[in-house]
Amino acid sequence: MLIDLRQIHKTYNNGQPLHVLKGIDLGIDEGEFVSIMGASGSGKSTLLNILGILDNYDEGEYWLDGNLIKDLSEKEAAHYRNRLIGFVFQSFNLINFKTAVENVELPLYYQGVSRKKRNELAMSYLEHFGLADWATHYPNELSGGQKQRVAIARALITRPRILLADEPTGALDSKTSVEVMNLLTELNRTEKVTIIVVTHESGVANCTDKIIHIKDGIIGETTLNEQHQSSIFGTETIMK
Amino acid sequence: MKDLLTEIWESIRRNKLRTALTGFAVAWGIFMLIVLLGAGNGLMNAFMNQGDRFATNTMAVFGGVTSKPANGYQTGRRILLNDNDIVLTQSALFAEHVDKISPELFKGPYTLVFNNRHISAYLNGCYPTLQEMNRIEMFEGRFINQNDIQMQRKAIVLAASHAIELMNGGEDYASMIGKTVTAGGITWQVVGVYKTDRTAQRVEDFVPVTTMQVLMNETNSVDQINFSFHGLTTEEENEQFEKTYRAALNRAHKAAPDDESSIWIWNRFTQNMQMNKGTHYIRTALWVLGILTLVGGIVGVSNIMLITVKERTREFGVRKAIGASPWAVMKLILAESVSITALFGYIGMFLGMVACEVMKMTVGQSSVEFFGETVRLFVNPTVSLSISFGVTILLVVAGTLAGLSPAMKAARIRPIEALNET
Ligand SMILES: Nc1ncnc2c1ncn2[C@@H]1O[C@H](COP(=O)(O)OP(=O)(O)OP(=O)(O)O)[C@@H](O)[C@H]1O
Ligand SMILES: [Mg+2]
Repeated sequence: MLIDLRQIHKTYNNGQPLHVLKGIDLGIDEGEFVSIMGASGSGKSTLLNILGILDNYDEGEYWLDGNLIKDLSEKEAAHYRNRLIGFVFQSFNLINFKTAVENVELPLYYQGVSRKKRNELAMSYLEHFGLADWATHYPNELSGGQKQRVAIARALITRPRILLADEPTGALDSKTSVEVMNLLTELNRTEKVTIIVVTHESGVANCTDKIIHIKDGIIGETTLNEQHQSSIFGTETIMK
Repeated sequence: MKDLLTEIWESIRRNKLRTALTGFAVAWGIFMLIVLLGAGNGLMNAFMNQGDRFATNTMAVFGGVTSKPANGYQTGRRILLNDNDIVLTQSALFAEHVDKISPELFKGPYTLVFNNRHISAYLNGCYPTLQEMNRIEMFEGRFINQNDIQMQRKAIVLAASHAIELMNGGEDYASMIGKTVTAGGITWQVVGVYKTDRTAQRVEDFVPVTTMQVLMNETNSVDQINFSFHGLTTEEENEQFEKTYRAALNRAHKAAPDDESSIWIWNRFTQNMQMNKGTHYIRTALWVLGILTLVGGIVGVSNIMLITVKERTREFGVRKAIGASPWAVMKLILAESVSITALFGYIGMFLGMVACEVMKMTVGQSSVEFFGETVRLFVNPTVSLSISFGVTILLVVAGTLAGLSPAMKAARIRPIEALNET
């Protein structure tokens, strides 16, 4: 199992303590394409941040590729984030004074890859995502869909085994949402990247193979979705 | 490395005004440091220049006026030194410390005549040993020698500036050797020409003291006795020696042994010691002042970097989320801090050095009249290359210090908190 969560608890302690995750048990295998759904405030982002080692948890165990992820130093955490995990945010989080290609190559900079190699690789990713013409543009000159594709390219350039996406289509219209989901599907099928998507949208969830529902801080039902027909909005569209 | 520089350049480019303002604080700090050190050096060089003209392990003794009644004499009696005092100084009493000895007997001004050219000159009657004690360098010929003293020869050692005047501007000092000049109604033979120092207080020509005493009706009097000494290393030892020496001379002149105004002793060794102490204090004070100014600049840079870190929290969060280690983030801030400090520090240093050069060309050339003597207040008020090198290290250290706290703050940013900020 690539990801193994055992009885994960998380409480926020800003003023009033808020017990958000109340014992999450979850296992995800290499190559799975999973979505996590749940009501607003149910703790989806919290869970994904823990998976991405952006945040820590209070109780339980998180095993990532056979390693216990607990009380890591910032340096170790940086290593996992850099080598094993790619993260895609709803609000893109591109660095706005860097061009598209500079944004994409940044993770490689932290791996110590040479400038030339970085640039070549970043360009090939942008080309693959149909963004070659936008390589030297700054984020504020790109559309939402383009920004998200740049962000996905940045998350993928280190060839991580896991891609975590927190509402990747949240800021996109339905047409670009479809494009982005197609891109993720293709990555999962051809590159065998394990993908976990947090979403509100059943159409987005319908693109994935397994839908995990989270409710009141614990895992509710898990639906297998191999047929991709569960969306009441049909199979080919993502309704907004 | 190049990537780091690009990052820094980006950051500076985006915050031009802010960078310039902080940079100014640093530049000002370094500018003040350099100018203060330069001015301090100028002052000290001026001091040293006065001191340098003499060997430091010498004392000069002058006659004064008594301040205590003794042996039936009232106070206010003039004490005139004479040959007996030389004998006394040379005696077994002080042989443990006293090395060489030379009196000086000043007379003048006389009209010095050569080839129908007339100049005004003071004559100084001395021993050969004065050459070493007063560090007199010869251009041509020799200084007064022992034969001159014993045979009371009418030998004269001319100052170079006098020789030039006598030759009507010529500088062929060798041609003066062997020539005769007249002064004070006596015909002297030139035996040497010595180098005159621009900062010298009074230019004089040297003759054998014995000749002067005999031919100029001075019998056995001298104005000053100089002697070099050894074995007196501390201020206490010097004081003790001066006390016994003064007492011996006072007794010889029938003055109270502890009368401090009847005999004046100018100890160049302790004088020098005190001066060194003084210059040390001045130098330290200047460094402290300059560094305090610089600290202001550092605090400025530190503040600006803190603001930068605050503004870029989200960006650092993103960097960490995609794998930047804490050290990589720290490096970014430190490098920026050091770059700003060093860049503007160097600008400040350059301007400071320009200011020093300006000082050198203005006040450095001027001099003031001080009790009839020309004294230059500033001599070469610049800072040396080694100080500039020290300042460079100082800048890098300062930049690192300024960046340290902001950099650690940046390194501690937790990605999740940074990303939650809107
Ligand atoms: N840093 C924080 N400090 C305090 N409380 C927080 C923090 N982050 C989230 N919460 C709270 O924890 C709960 C779960 O938040 P989370 O962001 O995981 O929800 P979510 O399922 O992602 O919701 P949404 O669908 O709206 O994004 C919410 O009630 C939220 O207010
Ligand atoms: Mg959320």
